[in-house]
Amino acid sequence: MIAATAAAARAETSAAAAISVRELAVRFDTDAGSITALDRVGFEVPEGGFVTMLGPSGCGKSTLLRAIADLVPVADGAIRVFDRTPEQARRARDFAFVFQDATLLPWRSAIDNVRLPLEVGRQSGAMEQHAEPEALLALVGLEGRENALPHELSGGMRQRVSIARALVYRPRVLLMDEPFGALDEITRDKLNEELLRIWRETGTTIMFVTHSVPEAAFLGQKCLVLSAQPGRVREFVSIDFAEPRALAMRDTLEFVQVTAHLRSLLEDAR
Amino acid sequence: MTMAGIEGKGAHAATAVSRRAARIERPAGRRFRHAPPLIAAAGMLALWQLVVTGFGVPSYIAPSPVQVLRVFFEQGEILWINFWPTLLEAVAGFALGNSIAVVLAVWFVHSRLAERAFYPIAVFINTIPIIAVAPILVLILGNGYAPKIVIAALICFFPTLVNMVRGLKAVSPQMLELMRVLSASDREILWKIRLQSSLPFLFAALKIASTTCVIGAIVGEWIGSNYGLGSLIIEATYNFRAPLLYATVILGAGLAVAFFVTTTLLERRILKWKPGAVF
Repeated sequence: MIAATAAAARAETSAAAAISVRELAVRFDTDAGSITALDRVGFEVPEGGFVTMLGPSGCGKSTLLRAIADLVPVADGAIRVFDRTPEQARRARDFAFVFQDATLLPWRSAIDNVRLPLEVGRQSGAMEQHAEPEALLALVGLEGRENALPHELSGGMRQRVSIARALVYRPRVLLMDEPFGALDEITRDKLNEELLRIWRETGTTIMFVTHSVPEAAFLGQKCLVLSAQPGRVREFVSIDFAEPRALAMRDTLEFVQVTAHLRSLLEDAR
Repeated sequence: MTMAGIEGKGAHAATAVSRRAARIERPAGRRFRHAPPLIAAAGMLALWQLVVTGFGVPSYIAPSPVQVLRVFFEQGEILWINFWPTLLEAVAGFALGNSIAVVLAVWFVHSRLAERAFYPIAVFINTIPIIAVAPILVLILGNGYAPKIVIAALICFFPTLVNMVRGLKAVSPQMLELMRVLSASDREILWKIRLQSSLPFLFAALKIASTTCVIGAIVGEWIGSNYGLGSLIIEATYNFRAPLLYATVILGAGLAVAFFVTTTLLERRILKWKPGAVF
């Protein structure tokens, strides 16, 4: 059901890119003067695409994601999310954001945390259709844990709840800022596979910031590699593996060649 | 212990609330948990009784525990007549002081200007000794319940204000970013996030206030009052009725302990989640 609506929505606006960024600059004012975090960044994310973002620490990956989410002001250039400015897109609930920490309300059960987006921001008038919170918890593999409080869940489970919460208002774009960065490798692998499944089932466009080269290669159809100080696009790498991808794929020569290429770009980017 | 007994114990621990399960349970330790403090208290009372009777201390200087206990039976009426006004003043002061503190804290969190203008004044008022303010309030508000309630409120007010401001601000920046992505209004953030996350801070303050409000009411009754535990303390002291004085003090302490226990039980009921943990 979720996939069907998403497909219908996709058909309506297939002409426009989901996210388009042109000549973007972001600056921060500090005591030592103005710092340019991002400079002349441009790229496009096609609708329904999965784009990962890699770069050395402090290159502005998170800043770029935050600028798209209207959490950081744009100094120059333009960002469009389905032809809307980030602020318009935020008010229309075009995108959802998943943070590195699950950012759950500790006094609310899993299901009530998923419902939170449906209880706030109604003045924006964008709440006509939403997914069933119960169905979403099942989608992220938390069936039967609806009434658990966050402190009763593991780190991986909490992040699953936060993904369900992000999907509850059927956003067309999912912005993920190192969502699995704090998890152990086994949990991370499992969630990577499940995220791909969720992406296929919902048809949501995903932008995913990560520090992990294998993660970027495994998840992304394309990988945006940034260089540091100021953050610029180093290369927008296409990653063409056979779909659907499985974890075992990471042991193939093809996969290693891609990660080697990404690593060499990161070396140069320093 | 039989195997069945061990398994039964294990099943019980597994179904218990996680907070309790975290505590190591030892059957013997649990049953006699209250024994050490009770034995210590009984020992000290016995020592007190021994010293007073052994050295023949006159009862108007220091009464024995038995003499104090006798007051509760023989002069119970005078104690209870004075107990109820103090209870009323303490409860009313508690409600008034904490409500004003919570409302002000909400205002401060939403208006930087209000916080800058009034917070220093609140700090200044807090530095004035309550005993010094009491006569002023009696002059202004007369001799009825009003000045006592205001003094009790005043003494509750400051700790709650400070804690509540901290509690309302103790929301993670990431949570606020999430609410911004959801286009939530300040009002929604207050009701859905800030008030809930301030509860552990509020209860910490309410526990302080639950005992200090009794102090406030009693101090208020010291000044030109002819009812209440405070007035009874003054009267008993001037007339060298030491057993009555001790009984009054014990009753006042009991009132404070009852408030404290009520607040703590309320906290346990309401705060089912684990405060302090960051998710």
